[in-house]
Amino acid sequence: MTQALAIAATEFRILRRNRWVLIATVLLAVFALSLTLAGASNSDAFGVDLLTLSVASMTTLAVYLIPLLALLMGFDAIAGDAERGALALLLTYPMSRGTLLFGKFLAHLAGLSIAITLGLGIAGVVCWAMGSVSVESLTSLARLIAGSILLGAFFLALSYGVSALSTSTAAAAGMAALLWLVLVVLYDLMLLGAVVWDDGGTFSRHVFPWLLAANPADALRLWSVTAAPGQALATGMTGVTHALPNGVALASLLIWPIAGFGLAWSVFARRIP
Amino acid sequence: MSTETILNVLNLQHRFRTGAGLEDISFQARAGERIALLGHNGAGKSTLMKAVIGLLPFDRGEVSVCGHAPGSASARKATAYLPEAVAFHPKLTGREQLKLFARLAGAPRTSVGELLEKVGLAKAADQRIGTYSKGMRQRLGMAQVFLGRPKLALLDEPTSGLDPVARHDLYALVDALAEQGTAVLMASHALTEIDAQTDRVIILRSGMLVADGALETLTRNAAMPIRFRLQARDDAAVLFERFGGQRINGARVEFACPPEAKMATLGEIAALGDAVSDLEILPPTLDDLYRFYAQDEETSR
Repeated sequence: MTQALAIAATEFRILRRNRWVLIATVLLAVFALSLTLAGASNSDAFGVDLLTLSVASMTTLAVYLIPLLALLMGFDAIAGDAERGALALLLTYPMSRGTLLFGKFLAHLAGLSIAITLGLGIAGVVCWAMGSVSVESLTSLARLIAGSILLGAFFLALSYGVSALSTSTAAAAGMAALLWLVLVVLYDLMLLGAVVWDDGGTFSRHVFPWLLAANPADALRLWSVTAAPGQALATGMTGVTHALPNGVALASLLIWPIAGFGLAWSVFARRIP
Repeated sequence: MSTETILNVLNLQHRFRTGAGLEDISFQARAGERIALLGHNGAGKSTLMKAVIGLLPFDRGEVSVCGHAPGSASARKATAYLPEAVAFHPKLTGREQLKLFARLAGAPRTSVGELLEKVGLAKAADQRIGTYSKGMRQRLGMAQVFLGRPKLALLDEPTSGLDPVARHDLYALVDALAEQGTAVLMASHALTEIDAQTDRVIILRSGMLVADGALETLTRNAAMPIRFRLQARDDAAVLFERFGGQRINGARVEFACPPEAKMATLGEIAALGDAVSDLEILPPTLDDLYRFYAQDEETSR
């Protein structure tokens, strides 16, 4: 464990010196603020407070942005060290590969968590200052933040898998971009196409909700909207949430990071530096 | 130098899908011994090092470090490694990087400052590695080799790309390693890169071990011709008729003779008396010797 913490401390230092935490925080905060302020004129029309509307918009944002940030953060975790020649050296120390990977994961997840909490949390602060929050909407913001961190954890693990498979950082970056496109964009488009084609049949009612929950990015949407009735209303996802048993979305968000880390570990274990 | 065997490699064989690899390599390294591992690019030097260090699972043969299997926790503790052209993270300082290695090796943190001093990085210790020169980066790499007093040190091309001063400094560190009883195996692609101060030279050619011994032994075994260069007082024709070889600028003659005929030839030249005004003996250079062993006929042009 001391070894994992030593790796984590060093990786976090690098993250800070690359201004990664700062950039990610500012990026998320700018989006969160603009979405919140854009919703300020509409919140009365929906009959919900401003933060409820803001969380709904931020959820859509988080689904796209968090995976991208996590992949960007981790794609060179192994390939970058290998390119510098430092990976072979690290692996000659009496430390398991799992320890090395876990140390990096700790640091990256800490950086991502700080950025998400501060970046998205600022929307809550602004709404509170404007007097348009409730216990319900604050809870859904907390759920969004927690869910985003779990989603980020999964995509971090995925980026390590990609990085462990790649011989260069450029290849790792390309593969990470492709994964983002497939898992975050194309997956939804294909499901949408299938739903339209099925036109309210068995697929739409019984298979589609499960396929949605199986993808952690969509699971974040589902989990975020089940927080409050107002949320489901604002995002228009009431139908899907009713078709699934409670806790499916959360289970998906919890299982995927662990499964992803296991996958990355097994890929990394096979790599010959 | 003690006689304790640190590294034992026996019939090591590994083939890559591309066809390259290692063929039946056997050798030993003893405590305090400095061994140069030579060969062209692709001759198998790095492959051999990675097999010894446990980074590459090999097909056949045996490797043991202090009696432990390569890659085992005990073997890793006993082994230090300096990869070829290692570049640490540019955003870290030298001290931070070495502290990390010390923690991973379980070495006391106090050793970090001492080691930075030892490799001459005490002043630059708190600067980012991104600002270091290549020689400084190699010295930082050497500092981590010293961590935990390893029994075996594997240095992959430690001097490539270094200027003469930096190279000299690096050899001083290698000597210091050997003095503390570490067996040092140093890879290089040219004999001239390696200081003559090595105890033994191992030469690889296309994955095969083609020479293993002290430099003097290898020189003797190669029996490479010794070149004589004679300066004639008047006319070089007499010398040319006598010894053959080549005439240079009319007044000089250059010819080669086998090493065992060296003294006899010298006697003959001395007997010529005034006809020879000057004499130079050119023993085979390190480069000639290296080429003799490392280059097979097909690849030499």
